[in-house]
Amino acid sequence: MLINHPLLGPRDASEFTYLGDANLLNRPDWQGENAVEAFHDYLYLRDNPAGLHRELWFHEQGDRSWLVVTRNTLTHEILGVEMARDVARNNKRFEGDAQ
Amino acid sequence: MRYSGFRVIKEALTGHKGWTPHWRDVAPKSNYDVVIIGGGGHGLATAYYLAKEFGGKRIAVLEKGWVGGGNVGRNTTIVRSNYMLDGNEPFYEFSMKLWEGLEQELNYNAMVSQRGILNLYHTDGQRDAFRRRGNAMILNGSDAELLDADGVRSMYPFLNFDNARFPIKGGLLHRRGGTVRHDAEAWGYARGADSHGVDIIQNCEVTGFRIENGKVLGVETTRGYIGAGKVASSVAGSSSRVMGLAGMRLPIESHVLQAFVSEGLKPTIRGVITYGAGHFYCSQSDKGGLVFGGDIDGYNSYAQRGNLPVVEDVVESGVSLIPALGRVRLLRSWGGIMDMSMDGSPFIDKTPIDGLYFNGGWCYGGFKATPAAGWCLAHLLATDRPHETATAYRLDRFRTGRMIDEKGMGAQPNLH
Repeated sequence: MLINHPLLGPRDASEFTYLGDANLLNRPDWQGENAVEAFHDYLYLRDNPAGLHRELWFHEQGDRSWLVVTRNTLTHEILGVEMARDVARNNKRFEGDAQ
Repeated sequence: MRYSGFRVIKEALTGHKGWTPHWRDVAPKSNYDVVIIGGGGHGLATAYYLAKEFGGKRIAVLEKGWVGGGNVGRNTTIVRSNYMLDGNEPFYEFSMKLWEGLEQELNYNAMVSQRGILNLYHTDGQRDAFRRRGNAMILNGSDAELLDADGVRSMYPFLNFDNARFPIKGGLLHRRGGTVRHDAEAWGYARGADSHGVDIIQNCEVTGFRIENGKVLGVETTRGYIGAGKVASSVAGSSSRVMGLAGMRLPIESHVLQAFVSEGLKPTIRGVITYGAGHFYCSQSDKGGLVFGGDIDGYNSYAQRGNLPVVEDVVESGVSLIPALGRVRLLRSWGGIMDMSMDGSPFIDKTPIDGLYFNGGWCYGGFKATPAAGWCLAHLLATDRPHETATAYRLDRFRTGRMIDEKGMGAQPNLH
C-alpha cells in the first residue's frame, strides 16, 4: 500500500505504524458526568466497518507526523490522506478548548 | 453411515456405490429453537454438542457460503494447550482433551496428530518466562518440558543455534500439541450434527435481526425470515458486521492474517516449531508442504488477502531460524480475517439482547479452540450459564477490569 503523505508525497505503508480508528482523536471529556462510560467506549469499542474506514497512521520511519487515512477495508484502496493535526483542529471540541 | 476399515473394503468390492453425502442439503424451515449463524468449525461444533450432549432439538446452522469455506479452511491447523493465564488455560486444556477423542467421537478421520510443539527461547529472561508458563500449564493438567539447547539440537539439528543476535538457548516442549486436518474437522462436525438432526443451511446469509422489546425473535436471511427461540453468532472475522446488525458495537477489530505453504518436501520437520525472537511458526503437512505463518498485517481489513511487506517479514524470520528454508520455493499464500479483540482473548457470552448469544474475538487462535468453543457455547445456550472453563470470556470484562491479556499489550488489537 502507498500512502500519499500530504507533505512528502507517496510513501510505502511499511514506513508507518498503525494505531486504529481515527475516532481515537476524539478523547472524551474526563470531567463529564458519564466519563467512565465514555472512556470505556472510547478505549474498547470499535465500529470496525467493512468498507470506508478513517484511521490513524504514524510516519515512524519518516517525518513522525500522524495522518488520518481514509481506506477501504474490503479492497485496501486508499481514498484520502490528511494531517491528523488538521483533522483535530477542525474538531469542534478542540476549538472549544482553545477559546 | 458408520465408517470403518471393513466399510472401505466392502465399498471397494462393490464399486463405491454405497457412499452417501456427509450431510443433507435442506431448505430452511420457518422456525427453530436455536439458530446458529456461521457454518464454520465453531458453529458446527456448537450444533453438534448442543444436539448430542444437551438434548437440543430443532437446531439450524446458517452459512453464508459453504461449510468449511471460512477461517476453518484457512488456518495453519495447529492445536495446543499452552496458555498461561487462569482464564484461558483450563479452557484450552478442555479443548485439547476433546481433540484427543475427536475422531472416535465423530467416527471421522480428522488426522489428529499430536506431534509436539516446541516454543524456542533465546534469552535467559525468555527461559524464565517459559518456565513459568510451563508450570502454569502443568498445574492445569497440560504437559510441558523445558529443554536446553542440546535438547533442542537432538530434535532439530538444522536450526540456526548460533545466530549472533538471537542464539537458541532452548525451548518449551508441549508434546500433546500438534496439528489436525482442518477441513476434515469441519466436515466431521457437520456430518455429526446432521446425524443428530441439525439442519445445515448453506448459501444463507443473515442480513438482519428481528428484535422486539429487547428480545430476539429471529433472523432475516437471503433465504427469507427464520424465527428462532435463541440465536448464536459464531462468525469470527465478521463478528462486528453481524452483531452490528443487532445494533451492538464490539471490542473487536478485524485484521488479516496471512499463511503460507511451500512445495512438497520429504519429511523434514516432524513437529511444530515456533520462533521466540520473531513471530514465526512452522510445521509440515502430511502432503510434505511446510505450512507457516507469522504476524498479522496490522491494519483493519476484511480483504482476505494481505500485502507483500508481511510476506517478506515472515519469510525473513523463517530463514533466520531455519537457514535451509532459503532453498525452498513458496507455493501459495493466503489470508484470513481475524476478530482481534482488545486483550487478545475471546468471548463466549450472552448479550444485552435477550436470546442473542455471541462467540467470537478469537484473534488468530480460534482453530485449536473449536471443540471447546462449541461445547461451551452449547452449554451456555442450553443452560444460560457459562461452562466452568469459559467463565472469564465475558463481553463486559473491560468494564469490570477483568481482562485476559496473555501478552500484556493493552487495548491495541494489532499487537496481540
